[in-house]
Amino acid sequence: MSDQTIRMDQTSRAPVSQKGHQVPLTSPEGIGAQVSITIDGRAVKVPFGTTILEAARTAGIRIPTLCQHDDLCIAGVCRICVVEVEGMRTLQAACAYPITSPLTIKTHTRKVRQARRHILDLMLANHYGECYSCWRNQNCELQSLADEYGVDFFRFGHPDKPMFPKDESSYSVVRDMNKCILCRRCVRTCIDLQEVGVLEAANRGDQTKIATFMDKPLSEVVCINCGQCINRCPTSALAAMDPTDEVWTDIDDPKKHVIIQTAPSPRAAIAECFGLPAGTALTYQLNTALKHCGFDRVFDTNFTADLTILEEGTELLLRLHTALVEKRLDAALPQFTSCSPGWVKYLEHFYPEMIPHLSSAKSPQQMFGAVIKTYYAKLHGIDPADIVTVALMPCSAKKFECNRPEMCDSGFKDVDYGLTTRELAAMIKEAGIDLLSMGPSEFDSPFGGATGSGVVFGSTGGVMEAAIRSVVELVCGIKVENLFDHARVVPVRGFEGVRYAEIPIKAVGPVPDLLKGHFKDWAWLKGATLKVGVAHGTANAKMVLEDIRAGGRFSECHFIEFMACPGGCIGGGGQPIPTSPKIRTARAQAIYKEDESYAVRKSHENPDVLKIYNEFLTDGPCGHISHKLLHTGYTARGKYIL
Amino acid sequence: MNSIPTFSSMKAEAGLNKALGMPRPDILAEISASGLKGRGGAGFPTGVKWNFAASAKADRKYIICNADEGEPGTFKDRVILQEYADLVFEGMTIAAKAVGAKEGILFLRGEYTYLRPHLEAVLARRREQKLLGKEILGTNLEFDIRIFLGAGAYICGEETALIECLEGFRGEPRNRPPFPVNTGFLDRPSVVNNVETLAWAACILQEGADWFKSKGTEKSTGIKIFSVSGDCAAPGVYEFPLGITIKELLRKVGGENARAVQIGGASGQCVPASEFHRTIAFEDVPTGGSVIVFGPQRDMLKVAKNFMEFFVEESCGQCTPCRYGNVVLLQGIEKLEAGECSMAYLKELTALGETMQIASKCGLGQSSPSAFLSIVKHFGDEILGRAPQAYRRQP
Repeated sequence: MSDQTIRMDQTSRAPVSQKGHQVPLTSPEGIGAQVSITIDGRAVKVPFGTTILEAARTAGIRIPTLCQHDDLCIAGVCRICVVEVEGMRTLQAACAYPITSPLTIKTHTRKVRQARRHILDLMLANHYGECYSCWRNQNCELQSLADEYGVDFFRFGHPDKPMFPKDESSYSVVRDMNKCILCRRCVRTCIDLQEVGVLEAANRGDQTKIATFMDKPLSEVVCINCGQCINRCPTSALAAMDPTDEVWTDIDDPKKHVIIQTAPSPRAAIAECFGLPAGTALTYQLNTALKHCGFDRVFDTNFTADLTILEEGTELLLRLHTALVEKRLDAALPQFTSCSPGWVKYLEHFYPEMIPHLSSAKSPQQMFGAVIKTYYAKLHGIDPADIVTVALMPCSAKKFECNRPEMCDSGFKDVDYGLTTRELAAMIKEAGIDLLSMGPSEFDSPFGGATGSGVVFGSTGGVMEAAIRSVVELVCGIKVENLFDHARVVPVRGFEGVRYAEIPIKAVGPVPDLLKGHFKDWAWLKGATLKVGVAHGTANAKMVLEDIRAGGRFSECHFIEFMACPGGCIGGGGQPIPTSPKIRTARAQAIYKEDESYAVRKSHENPDVLKIYNEFLTDGPCGHISHKLLHTGYTARGKYIL
Repeated sequence: MNSIPTFSSMKAEAGLNKALGMPRPDILAEISASGLKGRGGAGFPTGVKWNFAASAKADRKYIICNADEGEPGTFKDRVILQEYADLVFEGMTIAAKAVGAKEGILFLRGEYTYLRPHLEAVLARRREQKLLGKEILGTNLEFDIRIFLGAGAYICGEETALIECLEGFRGEPRNRPPFPVNTGFLDRPSVVNNVETLAWAACILQEGADWFKSKGTEKSTGIKIFSVSGDCAAPGVYEFPLGITIKELLRKVGGENARAVQIGGASGQCVPASEFHRTIAFEDVPTGGSVIVFGPQRDMLKVAKNFMEFFVEESCGQCTPCRYGNVVLLQGIEKLEAGECSMAYLKELTALGETMQIASKCGLGQSSPSAFLSIVKHFGDEILGRAPQAYRRQP
């Protein structure tokens, strides 16, 4: 067993001077040195090169920010964080000023307060709309600052007409530039954090706006729908396409049988929408609340996560067989995971030639839709035309995914609506349900039996962890606990952008019944070493793909997990706002804690999954029936869109 | 070929020849001793800038000549490049030797595209003469210059925006610190100097720091090239020692009856006749060379409006105070024109202008309200005296 963490330099377009959270040191001699400064009369010592903002935070002094975000490189454009530095004519942006000499800083002098008030007034003079008709009401950074600085009138006016049309072309992301304050967090998210590059500032002066290529609608550019820009927007300039009205309509229709599946990440994060700290999982209280909302059935996406592992794992073993035994070159290894729809669209746009590497297995969300409208409908004698499937996902790209034209293998639209964590929280509030006082209830059968493997899907490395747990047991015939303490596959966990691990297959066991249709024995795998990789955030994915192109270490991998969002699904574009590395870590901890609470923690031991292979998908994983319902194809989109 | 007498009197390549025979610290010392300050307007000591770049450790360094002469009323760099391009390139080569750079870039304003063939020809000739390229004049100095054309944005005259533009990005200022002398073009130490500054550097090497210091004032040494325009008898390019009074300058250009002078272009300040005794120098009224004379018939509110329209157009749109502040000031001027601006609102506008001066990200936003503020200060009565439209006599 060996593992190695690989750190690669971010290849963002930001100049070195503005990369990372910390402004670089202006002289290398200063590294490690401490500088004594005074902030608001308090003497503090900070490491050389610390920004004024960081120094103030350590001293417990609040400096307001807007364009600054813990995930993004420094911009210094909104100017709300300006402070007075003794001996300097101009105010300095606290977020962008590195401390390299003893400074005396004042954070709330008359000059500073007036400047901040002016800046807010100028923003509000160009911010159309009223707070009470805004989905970010009470969760808006501009609104909070207006409150903090006592804005009680519009000094420089306030627009009474919208200046831009809303872009609602995308299934996933809605842009309303009338709310934009040009902090450029979305630009830095799209270009630097995700390296997709759909959004950039265009024009200049007061005509400046955030635009797509040639001002095309979002649906016609290479947007991957990851929604990371939504999570980082301080106002409501960016939003997810909200289907709650349609969902309510179907709930209200007595003829419709409305089923909701819930993914593990929203369950670990929805508490944040109700004022609880990050990292509080409310899985079973949520089940009760959903029933109160009027959903007829509540299913656990973990069921199809387990199904995905068996389908994707079998596909991997088949590809390995093609490569190792049949010695064919078209095995398309490494196999890439396909459960993150943002990642899938990224590959379709930017690396279409690598599409053969993508697992053909659908994502758990889409598998569930297909299973519900076929197997479940038959089992319960319900006309699938009357079934409405809703998916609670941490994700904005899932909205696009369920609207892909090919996702109708059940004969109907497999998943009717994708709801984000935020949208469901709003529904619960609208229904007057006090989520926090709900008692717990179980998931509905027949898909109630889930495993810890399905849960860890929510965090980066989770799909790989689940796959390793099952592949090791199915192939080696040993308990995975023999290799990894408590079945914690630690090498693939964590938040490093790119991770790599090797698992030697020292011995092999008998082929389990489930896979006997495909393999006679495992002798051909004995002595082999399974090489796997994990990448989260498309900027990291890009590094791995480039490494594969260049024939580097990742080209020798067998299986690589890719997630479009930093942190994996827990950091998805549909998750509660705000997000930060700290918040995502807390959510991940909740996920891993939930995993350990399960009696069954391996996908291939899920009794309901085994049952569905016995009763419905009778020719086993990657068989004909499963291929028809649970697998899909992809579109080489490329970067050039007419 | 005699627009600028001092430049015309220089012997070709004498400064470079001298510099090639000097150790690097001596060149830096000579420039520092001359007290030469940046001629683009900001007035940063050139010697300090070169010293910073020289002491920075890096695999590559760059000498960048800022020929993005965009300040309204400035045209002296154009004349220098047209008539004394050799002197500028000589200055760049001296700077290269002083800081240890191998590559030079002339950032030429988009509107000066027509100068490019001439400048390319000069560069080609200099390469033939072994004044550029490997082993310059038989020494081990290696340096060459390429020309980069701007796209016509005023903001790219700001050195960090210029560098962003050079790197192929949207021309927008960076956060400072770090400064370009440390982290500039391609994150390498870069000296960004105005066209005139580099020409003077060549002169200083030829004639010596003492010669340069003998002109001008103690804090503003040397001669300055001025672009004079507006209501005067003889607009054009002039050389005057720094420290010259405005009155004296006006006498020389035939603008004695001016009611005000805009010194330093749109981003400079407007000086009324009552203050014509003041001197043009970094310690009094600083300038990048632009002098715009306003005759007795000029409406100062129109002057302010003209400048604000310029800044509304030319703000890069990156930081809030400059992006929207200029618009609010322009709207305020329109209110004043219509006689609809209250004293209270004018006070708000003045306060906003002061915020812009201290809270904007770069020099553009920090200086864009200057003209407006100085006109409000000096011509308040004239500006506020407008009757509302309804009360005006119909023509």
